[in-house]
Amino acid sequence: MSTLLEVKNIKKHFPLKNENFFSREKPVLKAVDGVSFSIEAGETLGLVGESGCGKSTAGRVMLKLLEPTEGEIFFKGENITSFRGEKLRKLRKDMQIIFQDPYASLNPRKTIEQTITEPMKIFNIPKEERQKKLKRLLDVVGLSSYHKSRYPHEFSGGQRQRIGIARSLALEPELVICDEPVSALDVSIQAQVINLMEDLQDEFNLTYIFIAHDLSVVHHISDRVAVMYLGELVEIGEVAEVYQNPKHPYTQALLSAVPEVNPNQEKQRIILSGDLPSPANPPQGCKFHTRCPYAEEICRTQVPKLKKVSSDGQMASCHFVKEVVET
Amino acid sequence: MTQDAPLLEVKNLHTHFFTKAGVVKAVDGIDFKVNPGETLGIVGESGSGKSITAMSILGLIPSPPGKIVEGEINFKGENLLNKSQKQMRKIRGPEIAMVFQDPMTSLNPVFTVEKQLLETILAHENMSKKQAKERALELLNLVGIPDPENRLKNYPHEFSGGMRQRVMIAIALSCNPSLLIADEPTTALDVTIQAQILELFKRMQKELNMAIVMITHDLGVVSEVCDRVMVMYAGKPAEFSETKHLFEKGKHPYTLGLMNSIPKITHDKQKLEAIDGVPPDLRSLPKGCSFAPRCKHVMDSCLTNDPDIREVDDDHFVRCLLYEDSKKAVTT
Repeated sequence: MSTLLEVKNIKKHFPLKNENFFSREKPVLKAVDGVSFSIEAGETLGLVGESGCGKSTAGRVMLKLLEPTEGEIFFKGENITSFRGEKLRKLRKDMQIIFQDPYASLNPRKTIEQTITEPMKIFNIPKEERQKKLKRLLDVVGLSSYHKSRYPHEFSGGQRQRIGIARSLALEPELVICDEPVSALDVSIQAQVINLMEDLQDEFNLTYIFIAHDLSVVHHISDRVAVMYLGELVEIGEVAEVYQNPKHPYTQALLSAVPEVNPNQEKQRIILSGDLPSPANPPQGCKFHTRCPYAEEICRTQVPKLKKVSSDGQMASCHFVKEVVET
Repeated sequence: MTQDAPLLEVKNLHTHFFTKAGVVKAVDGIDFKVNPGETLGIVGESGSGKSITAMSILGLIPSPPGKIVEGEINFKGENLLNKSQKQMRKIRGPEIAMVFQDPMTSLNPVFTVEKQLLETILAHENMSKKQAKERALELLNLVGIPDPENRLKNYPHEFSGGMRQRVMIAIALSCNPSLLIADEPTTALDVTIQAQILELFKRMQKELNMAIVMITHDLGVVSEVCDRVMVMYAGKPAEFSETKHLFEKGKHPYTLGLMNSIPKITHDKQKLEAIDGVPPDLRSLPKGCSFAPRCKHVMDSCLTNDPDIREVDDDHFVRCLLYEDSKKAVTT
């Protein structure tokens, strides 16, 4: 396998309004604050965290829908950070996104045919081929060809998400960023869409970055998982490893908070006190120390580094996790 | 569990909406009981009628177009459907309180939390303003809001989602209701906050000995907090049983499908067994069992006969023709 996408220390800061007129310092909201990882072709990387942790922003920066404040993005070994205009447009063919809200992400005034073929039109794919592809796309996502002349309002949430998926696959991308693709759907429909996405991955050899807050869904679909907290990566590793043996206290708390579907299984629950601090004014030192049950003096002053914590490449950023040094 | 007089008893409730496009049978014949101090879960997907059930109990069905066409809602032995709006106002709050799903929109943004809390307390309790304020402080303390004295003066936008939900719960608890209806109280919250709020519900229930009707689509939440569960599909109950029993010996194909649709962290990865198809349009329900078009075990008779709910085990009711022969039919 080869590395498809690599991000190095990406940051995205949004400027805030200066509340103190006399202060020269411009306040910023650090939505993503130094995230690095890479993703292999054909793999699924889950990106999890609570709302406001910067997971969606990170996804958008990777696609260059947002300009990173700092850091570099490599796609197939090429540095795409400074790509603009025509070059960027060409690149978009290979990286697509599926959005969360199937109600808002389709144009209500366009038929399904128009929506799905629009990307192909932009890339000058001839008409016969567009029609052929449209038929095939509708087929693979489980819609019928008579659906093509209908408008979004005639479809249910699950069907709309299928249309969104068909649109994102129209140009045969290699990387698809899925931003909470199933969280707006009912459980029974959610399972249908997850199964569909897995089938499509095999069929089209896709690489997914799967952004979600539902830990069981991420566990199901991902090969590796990255946990974010306040714009930083706190833990990353193989799914089995991270879920069975979480090293970072935040990951531990997050996993223990997932309600168990089996009432006979008593679970040791770590209840975090307090809320997520505001990313506009994050705590000093380790950003998690305000809610961490194990926090000590060092956590308040020093920022922990992401370090290797198991021989399988699991990494976590906590002062109290032992680093594994490869011999 | 006590088998004394139930606190709430809903009998054969039918709530229909008469729209231009046809009659929507949002709730079409449900029966359940809630005993004092117990938690009943109502589970179902969107459109299954679970919220409408709650609204019907509280007498909050917008009419027209909605109407309760049949049934009884007995609360402490009195039929709520015979009460006037004025009488209902005395019941909503001190007797039955409700926590809504969306903590972002169910508080009034232009009033402080203090004002909203006091409004409820003063409307129902015979208290001076000073006493009411003390009660408000006590309530915020109870639901775990730090620094309640200062927080009382805050507006809703100054609270996070989890904190707003706590305020909502405080308002709901302000008059010591004996029944709390919680409509998807944790759906809009993150998992770590959800865990906090569920813990809070459990603690409140113990301390105040109130019954809770927990409406949710999340089977995980159900297994965490509920004593008994009713699974709803297309306005009708599909299965009704004790929580543990349901998770071990659930029988209805829909319940089983729902459970298999959820990816589980503790299990190895297998393909999810999704339920095919989509929930039916409530304006034109299929003849026979409304789940039949999506059911794996569908038989010819399912397409023509609408099954009755039957007791298949002690305190375990299923509405499915597969279990038609078991035990007795429950007549309503």
